Amino acid sequence: MALEKIEHIEGKGVYVQGNDIDTDRIIPARFMKCVTFDGLGEFLFYDVRKDDQGNDKEHPLNESRFSEASILISNANFGCGSSREHAPQALYRYGFRAIIAESFAEIFFGNCCGLGVPCAVASHEDINKITDIIDSDPSTEIKLDIVDSTVSVGDLVVSVEIPQAAKDALTHGRWDPIAELQEAEQDVDELVNHLGYLD
Amino acid sequence: MAKNLFQKVWDAHAVRELSNGQTQLLIGTHLIHEVTSPQAFGMLRDLGIKVKYPERTFATVDHIVPTDQREEPFSDPLADAMIKELAKNAEEFGVTYFDLGSGKQGVVHVVGPEQGITQPGTTIACGDSHTATHGAFGAIAFGIGTTQVRDVLATQTMSLGKLKVRRINVEGQLKPGVYAKDVALHIIGLLGAKGGIGYAYEYGGSLFDSFSMEERMTVCNMSIEGGARCGYVNPDQKTFDYLKGRPYSPSDENWDEAVEKWKSFASDSDCEYDDTVNISADDIAPTVTWGVSPDQGFSIEGLIPDPKVEENENDRLSIQEAVDYMKLEPGNPIKGTKIDVAFLGSCTNGRLSDFREVAKFLKGHKVSEGVKAIAVPGSQIVDLMAKKEGIDKIFSEAGFEWRGAGCSMCLAMNPDKLVGDQLCASSSNRNFKGRQGSPTGRTVLMSPVMVAAAAVNGHISDAREVFSL
Ligand code: SF4
Repeated sequence: MALEKIEHIEGKGVYVQGNDIDTDRIIPARFMKCVTFDGLGEFLFYDVRKDDQGNDKEHPLNESRFSEASILISNANFGCGSSREHAPQALYRYGFRAIIAESFAEIFFGNCCGLGVPCAVASHEDINKITDIIDSDPSTEIKLDIVDSTVSVGDLVVSVEIPQAAKDALTHGRWDPIAELQEAEQDVDELVNHLGYLD
Repeated sequence: MAKNLFQKVWDAHAVRELSNGQTQLLIGTHLIHEVTSPQAFGMLRDLGIKVKYPERTFATVDHIVPTDQREEPFSDPLADAMIKELAKNAEEFGVTYFDLGSGKQGVVHVVGPEQGITQPGTTIACGDSHTATHGAFGAIAFGIGTTQVRDVLATQTMSLGKLKVRRINVEGQLKPGVYAKDVALHIIGLLGAKGGIGYAYEYGGSLFDSFSMEERMTVCNMSIEGGARCGYVNPDQKTFDYLKGRPYSPSDENWDEAVEKWKSFASDSDCEYDDTVNISADDIAPTVTWGVSPDQGFSIEGLIPDPKVEENENDRLSIQEAVDYMKLEPGNPIKGTKIDVAFLGSCTNGRLSDFREVAKFLKGHKVSEGVKAIAVPGSQIVDLMAKKEGIDKIFSEAGFEWRGAGCSMCLAMNPDKLVGDQLCASSSNRNFKGRQGSPTGRTVLMSPVMVAAAAVNGHISDAREVFSL
């Protein structure tokens, strides 16, 4: 099964401001009692989006002008905390296809990459420029070019950093190890026969 | 070249090297349960792929299943949904499922060996960190995350970096009142909760040679608490005797051949290890934890450490944090600490031999007033055999509640939970903050016989005194 080669992501953006936004904030632990990751999108940022009655609090994801956003923009050390796969899954299921931030926590970055969600690092100044534009016009299209390592927002073009390994994985359609694991199907079958006990 | 068991099993199961530098490793047996598998099946559906070797995948329910109410629908709708989902997935993907009606259900790490699914020289994976338990049979068994569960379902392989091997020799015999659980806690205390990172532990020496399979399982089970990704004991005649005649063991006509093959996986006598640790069984006492990490333990005679006298800053802080959380007074003996709950069960100590051993001493004793004591068999088969021997009665008469099989209060994802800051004498494997279901609940890990002694006295006690061992 060939995976999609992810060379660029286009979409509208939303800015969730703050440093050290941790995985507990992204998806509170109590929502981990779940059958599939499918429904997790609904609980994304739950405790900062909803009060204890379940009513909306002030949060960019609750603003209708950002309802079409598929690119999340944030600040430093995004996704720190536990290694739970539920956090990137919640972002993905909510509809995010790329994240642009000043920096990312390592495990979170790897988990996102495994889902085919590129995480691009931009400077503090560039994040401010991008968020100024989308704040004044949320319908502005953002284009994250993974091959060129750039983000274009309207007339603005800034460069971003994406580690080479992640870049290769995304653009060659190898972002999920399952693709490479599946390639060896014949070798696996032969080994299974050879070992005998799996019959 | 002489090799140890880990190297032999690894080499036999390596498919190829992957572009990330790791090995694509064939997984012979995949065990799944209701908590970490549903998302993985969901991913398979998203990708439109099937389970590659459904006949090598075995499912059961353990983590969430209630131990008192055993009929569906369960009172917790989320738990009910997760259990139904497993049944649905097993059916749809053609996976063997030991459900509540099968008579074979139980904690996945108890069920595998019981059914003869766990075999020497094989690789095993399960979305649960205590998968190392199966290493007692000379298998290399890994706990894995949900995406890896998916990878194994889809390809029967996963991407993994090779481990180093540390040989842990324990020589001699245990003194009365000292058990395999104490050996596990002693090793973890000695090498630290992070000491095994990057390693597989090979347990050996005359103590392990003399151990029963169940005792070996108890020690291998807690390898992960010592930071090791897996732990194992080389297969020997005891291993083969245990497996003979079990439902998934090789049939009689294939038996001799299988045993020869299994023997060939044992570490060569002249093989090398990346590290070796020698321990004398004589030095091991009945061991209990006093803190919030499994390596914060000591002999039952121990005094609660005083953070003030600790010179190393990091150690001082972690001792402080632990004694604050545990509400224990530095300098006081742990013995005599009041308990609220006694929990006997889990994949560490929920097997027939554990209940048998406790029953030997419990007869004629009563659980102290005010202590809630529960005994949770590791599987329906353990339950059945215990009942055949009248063990459940001994427990009930003493004041224990005898429950249905499951993980229960080991991680408290079902209704069995501590309340407030209750303190639990527990035969399980983790004393993390909040592990037993209450954010302020406190856990003291110990052997099953020590749990019984604490239950009888109402406070943490030396079983050797309580039961005149
Ligand atoms: S008994 Fe405890 S440690 Fe064992 S599988 Fe269940 S929850 Fe995990």
